[in-house]
Parts: sequence; C-alpha cells; structure tokens
Amino acid sequence: MAEDIATTRTLLRPPAGSRRLALTPRQVLVLLAVLALIAAVAYMTVGAKGSWSFVLPFRGTKVWAMTVVGCAIAISTVLFQTISANRILTPSIMGFDALYALIQTTLVFVLGGLAYATVDPQLRFVVEVAAMVLFSGLLFRSLFSGAAKSLYLLVLVGIVFGVFFRSLSGLMQRLINPNDFAILQDALFARFSAIDPTLLVVSTITVALVCLWVVRMLPVLDVLALGREHAVNLGVDHKRAVSEILVMVAILVSVSTALVGPVTFFGLLVSNLAYLIIRSHRNALILPAAILLSVICLIGGQVVLERVFGFDTALSIIIEFVGGLVFIAILLKGKGR
Amino acid sequence: MIRAQNVSKAYGEALVVDGVSLELPAHGITSIIGPNGAGKSTFLSMVSRLMPMSAGTVTVDGLDVTRTPSDVLARRLSILRQDNHIAARLTVADLVAFGRFPHSRGRLTVADKEHIDRAIGYLDLTDLAGRFLDELSGGQRQRAFVAMVLCQDTDYVLLDEPLNNLDMKHAMGMMKIMRRAADELGKTVVLVLHDINFASWYSDWIVAMKDGKVRHQGPASQIMRPEILADIYDMDIKVHEIGGRRVSVFYE
Amino acid sequence: MKLVLAILAVLLLAIASLFIGVSDVSLPTLLSSAPEDRPMQVLLISRVPRTLALILSGVAMAVAGVIMQMLARNRFVEPSTAGTVESASLGILVVTIFAPGLPLIGKMLVASLFALAGTALFMRILKEIPLRSVLMVPLVGIMLGGVISSGTAFFAYRYDLLQTLGNWTLGDFSGVLRGRYELLWLAAGLTGIAYIAADRFTVAGLGEDFTTNLGLDYRRVLTLGLSIVAMVTAVVVVTVGAIPFLGLIVPNLVAMAMGDNIRRSMPWIAVTGAGFVLACDIVGRIIRFPYEIPIGTVFGVVGSALFLYLLLRRNARLG
Repeated sequence: MAEDIATTRTLLRPPAGSRRLALTPRQVLVLLAVLALIAAVAYMTVGAKGSWSFVLPFRGTKVWAMTVVGCAIAISTVLFQTISANRILTPSIMGFDALYALIQTTLVFVLGGLAYATVDPQLRFVVEVAAMVLFSGLLFRSLFSGAAKSLYLLVLVGIVFGVFFRSLSGLMQRLINPNDFAILQDALFARFSAIDPTLLVVSTITVALVCLWVVRMLPVLDVLALGREHAVNLGVDHKRAVSEILVMVAILVSVSTALVGPVTFFGLLVSNLAYLIIRSHRNALILPAAILLSVICLIGGQVVLERVFGFDTALSIIIEFVGGLVFIAILLKGKGR
Repeated sequence: MIRAQNVSKAYGEALVVDGVSLELPAHGITSIIGPNGAGKSTFLSMVSRLMPMSAGTVTVDGLDVTRTPSDVLARRLSILRQDNHIAARLTVADLVAFGRFPHSRGRLTVADKEHIDRAIGYLDLTDLAGRFLDELSGGQRQRAFVAMVLCQDTDYVLLDEPLNNLDMKHAMGMMKIMRRAADELGKTVVLVLHDINFASWYSDWIVAMKDGKVRHQGPASQIMRPEILADIYDMDIKVHEIGGRRVSVFYE
Repeated sequence: MKLVLAILAVLLLAIASLFIGVSDVSLPTLLSSAPEDRPMQVLLISRVPRTLALILSGVAMAVAGVIMQMLARNRFVEPSTAGTVESASLGILVVTIFAPGLPLIGKMLVASLFALAGTALFMRILKEIPLRSVLMVPLVGIMLGGVISSGTAFFAYRYDLLQTLGNWTLGDFSGVLRGRYELLWLAAGLTGIAYIAADRFTVAGLGEDFTTNLGLDYRRVLTLGLSIVAMVTAVVVVTVGAIPFLGLIVPNLVAMAMGDNIRRSMPWIAVTGAGFVLACDIVGRIIRFPYEIPIGTVFGVVGSALFLYLLLRRNARLG
C-alpha cells in the first residue's frame, strides 16, 4: 500500500517544464473560470437558428444541467480521493453509480413500472437518494474506517461490488415485464437532452447544500488527505468525518447518475488534471479547479461534438475514451522518475 | 502522566499485547525497547488512540484516551508512526503547519506562524522549507514529520522508531533534539527504539517488552545490564561503561 | 481422489443440463421415441451442443485467466481486466462492418488478432509503468478496456450495431446449436497446450532475467501464453459472448483453497470453471422458466457475491 501511494505520488508529479508556467493557483482559477464562461457562451450561441427567445432557455437549461452534473462529479471524486488518501480511485470505480442504478431497478421491480412512473419525480429522487445514502453508508463505511485495511483490497472489493450491483440490476431487468423495462430504461439512461426541469431544481438545491457543507469542512479535508493516522493525531474525529464525506459522495453520485447516468473516468480525468495544474494541497483551491475543469470539459465537449461534428448524444462515450487515454498517459509519464 | 492498565490487543487467538500495566513518568525521555514482535508499536498505537484496544484503559493526565474527544487529546499528546506516506503534494512548511491544526482548526494566527518557524528551525529544515516532500531524502522527510509533531506543541510526544532512515549523524541529532525538548521545554517524550545504545545514552527511563508483556522497566542504568538484556534478546550482550554511561556490545 | 469426486459432480451437472428446457426431453420420452423423433433431435441438435459449449468455455476461460495471472504476476488480471475481451469485441465489430460475409472461423481469427494486439498493448503498458503495484495492474487493464470499448461503442453507435454488440459482451448460451459451437473445441485444444506449458508460464511470470537465467526464451513463452489467452477469449466471445470475471474468480477460489502450485491446481481450475458455468446456466434457465436469463448476468451475481464473501471473510479473520 505504501508503495502504491508512493507510486501515485511520483506519477502525478508534473513534468519539470511546467514550473516555468509561473501562474499562482488563484490566477489559474480565474483563467479556468473565463474558459468555462467562454464554453457556456459558445454553447448558447454557436449555430443558433430561429428565435433567441426559444434557443436561449432551451440551451440554457442544458448548460445549467451540465454545470450541476459537472459540480457533482468533480466534488464527489475529489472528496472520495481525499478520504481514501489516493488519487486513482473514483466513486464509480468503487461501484457507487452501479448501486444507484440498482436502487432504481429495485424500486421498479418492487413497485411496478406504473407506480414508479406516476410517483412525483422529486419525491422519487429524494427516496432514491435516501436509500443510496443508507446503503452506501452500510457498505462502505466499514471499509474506510478500519485501521489497517489495504488499498488494493478496497479497490478490488469496490470493483466486484460494481459487477455485483450491475449484474443484479441486469437480473431484475430480465425479470420485470417489457413495459416496466421501458420505464426503467428511461430513468436509467437519462440524457441532457431530456432532463426533467423539476428534477433539475431539486438537484441544484441538493448540490448547493452539499457545497455549503463541504466549505464548512474544508480545513478538515486538508487534514484527512494526510491519511488516517495523521488525521487522528491532529485531533480529527476520523470515523465521523469519513462518514460525513461518504454521505456527501452518495448524494452527489445520486445527482449525477440521476441526471446523466453512469460515467466512469470523467471524475478521474478532472480531479487529476486539477491536481496537476493547482500546485497546492489545499482543497479550497483544488475543488474549484476540479469543478471548473469538469464544466469546461462537459460544455466544451458538447459544443465540439454537437456544433462541430454534428453528433447528438455520444458525449459520454467520447469522455470515457479521452478520460481513459489521458489517465494511461499520466501513468506512463511517471516513467523516467 | 500516562497510565496504562491491563492493556491488551488480540488478533483472533494471538495476543500481541498482553495485559500491560504501566506508568510512564511525566517529563524526560522514556524508551520502549524489545525484540521484533514484542508489541512495542502496537502498544504505542493504542496509547495514542490510533488503534482500538481489545481490553484495558489508558489515561493521559487522567483523560481516558478512548473517551476523550480527539481534538482535546490532540492538544495534549502527539504521535508519529513509522512509514509516513502522503498522497497530497505538500511542502515542508505546509506539512509542519498542519501541526497547528488542533489549536487553530486551519486558520493560522501570528502565534501559529511563530510555532511553525521555530519547529522548522529546531529540526534544521529552514533551507528546505519550500521544498516538496517528494523531493526530499528519506531522512529529511523524517525530520519534516518530526517537526510537524513538535509544532503540535503537546506535553506528550510519542514517536515510533524515529531513527529509521536516519544516518548516524542525523540519528544523533534527532536524539539530541528530543533531549532538548525534554530538558528545555519540559516535554514527556516516549520513543520506540531498536538501538539499545541510543536508548541507553539518551533516555531517563527504559521499558523493555517481550512477547506482548513488559519484562523489565527502570532507569536506563538499571536496564542496561547483561543479565537483563540477555533475558530480553536471548543473546549474550556485554555492557561497558564509557564516560559514566552504559554501552552494550553484541558482536561476536 | 477429491478431483474424481469433483469431476463426477460436474458430470451430474452436465446431465442435469441436458434435461432442462422447454421441449420435453427426459429418459422415458427418449426411450419411447424413435431416433429421428423430436426428443432425440432436440437432444442432439440443441442440448448436447449447449452442454458441451458450457463445459468447454468454462474450462477455457478459467484457464485463460490463470495464465494471464501467471504472466502478469498479478492475481487480479484476467481477460476482462486486461483489455482482451474488449479488443476481441472490437475485432468482431470491424469484421461485421467491413467483411460481414466472412465465415465464423474467419471472424474468430480476426477477433483473435485484435485480442492479441490488445493484450500485448496491455503488457507493453505494464512494462512502461514504473513501480507497478498490485493495485495498478488491474486498474490499468480496466482503463484500457474502457478506452477500447468506448471506441467500439462509438463505431457501433455510428453504424447502428449497439444491439449486436450486446450479444458479444454478455455471455448467453441460448443460441448454441449443433454446427455453431464447434470452434470451442479449438479452445479446448489450446487449454491442453496451456496445461503442458504451465511450468514455463510460472517461470516467465518471475521476470525476463529470471527466465533467461533458466535458459528459456522469455519472449517466446510470453507470446505463446498471450496467443493462447487471446485465441481462447476470441473463440468464446465469438461463439457465446464474454463471461466477465470467470477467469478471475475461479483461479482465486482455487488458490484460496489449495495454494498456488499451478500443476496441481490447473485441473481443479478447469473442473471448477466448468462446474460454475454449468450451474449458473442451469439457474438462468429455471429461474424464470420458460424464459432464459443470460449466463453473463447470473454469473455476475453469483460469482461476485461469492468472491466478495471470500474476500471480506478472509479479511475479517485477519482483523
């Protein structure tokens, strides 16, 4: 385990040349904010036909949704990496989003598709998030708070959890009738193009509340990144802090999965980019950078895809492709050191 | 005073620490010695609430370590274990500044900054303060962690094998710093040490553990005797007196 | 001796597998009808091939998993955590798009080539990564697999083949008929070669220097091992679809029970693999009779639950 962390550290050291880029973290943040804004404006305006009064609200909702999702994914990944004191794990590698899909499937399985579809989507969302918090708490808390748990065991258990959740959902999907399946399919494969506005409002409020919670915990987060023993020595109630963060992660993953479905590598991509360009350990700087990067990638990617290449819904596929490639490249870059 | 009563740690059937009752005197340096697997590090981890006990109680100045809020303890007792790896990218100054967290919860005051500078100076790290931890040698990094613990400014400082990774010069330097911390700042320092000569030369009190139990304890001069060392380490160890202090020789 | 019992158990499962299905096939109906009647025909055309396909692919994937684990010197590598399965799927997709008329064997060969290339790329990346750790190896494999499969998904999406793609990524034996599974015998042959060469793979797993020191040609052993894995994977993916994690779970279960001596455990791995696949297929066939649930799904549930139980139980015992 010690070796793993050492490896990650060497791997994630930025190339020597980057030191000449003498931007302070704050300047980097400003730059990123400007880029995010440009991406948003470009998305709203490029290639618009017809009346602005139609185009702006329509595209504005999408930009809004992508921002919420970007925040949720970036924050959940960075938080998760903080409590696992590791930079290559993400909630989705550990099976969190598969768990959410399983919860949705179970609800349809138990209630039946009709009942599921007629329930108020906001209420449904709240129930699903509550179930998610409960179950992820039960499953993952013991894994994280233990004293001498090895990292690889954690990862392995997480990956197998993911397979288990996915297969169990698959099994239940085979057992329900085709009508229910169609309803479930709609819920599972939500896309930016067809987002329920009420759900978006609830999600936004949820993410905003979690953000406030995170801000209050920022100093503790920095200490948690030192690893359990140091955190305990410095007087942090480790078990409690980890539980709180797992709750936040569960909520954020629910939001992003409910809005766009599972994305595996995206969080990994933005969190590691954030570590690379923000040369500081402080979460007060890393988190905003990760959020902005995530918004830039989502909205910018959508601009390129929709407006330049004329594809409609394949963004998640592209993100997985690029995210995975970038990650392997980061690993390879550690080569000479 | 640190008081341990009947402290045990069991992994399944195996008792790693077996009913240790012990009073570690306030002020001065206490070294815990013993062969591999004697339970020294485990005991230290339980005293410092890093590891739960299977049985027993530990109090620090009357505070039960398992019940007292962690942040209260963190202002009274600090612990540094071996093998410190940190995923985040930190400079030496960043790391040392974390030592003030129990006092200021992340908002550094002027007084905190003075503590930080003093601790960095104490460990002779002033020139390295801006360097990242992963750019340092093992020994330098070890000193940075010790600086963080000293910066925490607690009455009790517990260190698990602080001489690991240090060459002779720096090992001696580290022990001198501990001595100064005990003498000048009135700290209570508890060390787990492998080198019995370092223990003999610098500590006031020695606790010798074997098979999870305390076998002997007493002032350094009383523990550094051939018959006691032979009992602990199962080998012939000769003890010579040099300059009024006892030094062991165990090469054949 | 125990092994004989295990083989008997697998045989029992195989016999059970022969007599489960919608058509009435049982000993009385078989005996009371002529060979050209329906029961006998169903047995020969559908049931026997299916059972054989189950056994063959179970054995082959389990053994492929253990070979990969030896070569990469990592317990958590198997064809679906090393980019092999994903590469094979990409290969089939390419054939389907550019040469849809190619016979099955041709598809299989192309898929094998892709699988080999993907796996070789994985080994190459592993070699380039400094300080490879237990954790890093399967993660890199899963990443690489993700990259390849998102590429595959992209083209499948463009060519409207997503549904077809699903057939290769989720193992399903319901389409197995006489004349459509025989390629799997090839996998059986390859497994036999793997058994004979088992010691070489163990040696190669210890590293290039070590292997050369013992007078073996490292590259040749590596190529042999990877080729076997790639071809086995390709054959299985082409004929019945991937059964993810089979190659991970079975060897780990066997190793937990009897250690790592590969010559001793290889027969066990083969038998356990076959038994596992047979059992899961039977469950998938009866749980929602008369409909079938693909084995990939059933295996995912049963296998991962079992694996989790073992992992966490062992961990709990260690404290």
